[in-house]
Amino acid sequence: MSFIEFIKQPWPWYVAGPLIGLIVPTLLLIGNKTFGISSSLRHICAACVPANIPFFKYDWKKEVWNLFFVAGITLGGFLAFWLLQNPEPIQVNAKLAAELNQYGINDYSGMVPAQLFNWDTLFSVKGLLLMVGGGFLVGFGTRYAGGCTSGHAIMGLSNLQWPSLVATISFMVGGFIMANLLLPFLLKL
Amino acid sequence: MESKDILQETELEKKHHEFLENNTDFEMRSLDSVCFNESELKHPWWYNLKYAAVGLLFGIVFVKAEIISWFRIQEMFRLQSSHMYGVIGSAVVVGLISVLIIKKFKIKTIYGEPIEFVDKKFNKGQIYGGLLFGLGWAITGACPGPLFAQIGSGATAVIVTLLSAIAGTWVYGKVRDRIPH
Repeated sequence: MSFIEFIKQPWPWYVAGPLIGLIVPTLLLIGNKTFGISSSLRHICAACVPANIPFFKYDWKKEVWNLFFVAGITLGGFLAFWLLQNPEPIQVNAKLAAELNQYGINDYSGMVPAQLFNWDTLFSVKGLLLMVGGGFLVGFGTRYAGGCTSGHAIMGLSNLQWPSLVATISFMVGGFIMANLLLPFLLKL
Repeated sequence: MESKDILQETELEKKHHEFLENNTDFEMRSLDSVCFNESELKHPWWYNLKYAAVGLLFGIVFVKAEIISWFRIQEMFRLQSSHMYGVIGSAVVVGLISVLIIKKFKIKTIYGEPIEFVDKKFNKGQIYGGLLFGLGWAITGACPGPLFAQIGSGATAVIVTLLSAIAGTWVYGKVRDRIPH
């Protein structure tokens, strides 16, 4: 097996998790930055549409590193998917596959199901709820909670902050409710 | 000679602490941060490229470990796979050990600035906002970081999701004073 073939396999959790954990000290050491991604959405608001709202009146230019960081993530996603991607479709739990099949989802080639998230479905009720509604909840919820998975679950728990534990538990509760109780209705639309 | 160095060092730390305390800009942002850090140093813009490089590696891990996969997130919330729990759990363990080492040995940044941590304050937003974000996470299969990487991986329609997330953040800023915290 060549190196490229080796790297193209899906990476196991015990490789990916520690690498993500190392981002915490890396950002601290290379410039005193706290790991967090959802703040980038706030900086974009502050830069583009501050609209005289106090929450967006700060010097976003001082936080520009965060925008470089997310630009890097986007580019990394691009490079990995086009150069290093496993050619096989993603392997999912048989129960999930059976459930999704009921809703007509059987394309496993992309990172998101192409049958749900595409420009054509955007103008259907289902597409609007999933893409626009889902995105809104992510943006509103993370800022209301003061952070997302990176800021609370990883950075906050790394620093033993109990409010971050409360936030992380809330994320999981919300996710369980949506995936198990509400999403089946949305996918049936 | 040595004691003079230590004296200078503590003075530097004190100055940095004062800078953090008197920084009013920071007041607004402190709600969001765990760590009380802000660099006082002014650097040319291209110094930020190192954060882009870290982000790039992060984006590659996101794709390669299928963390940005909508399917993996569905499995996580249905308890059908331990993959995501392993990723987040081991990331926290490594982060925790790193923070302990930085604190214990008072490690400084590569520019010699002290690294200081402050405690995060609890407010009810962490519960209400957390629940709302959780609902959105299960729909989109992405937290904010993966949204960027999903777009990079060619799911261009996720641009709409990202724009909507930015709109959600903006609406939060607008109604912030009128919702419980």
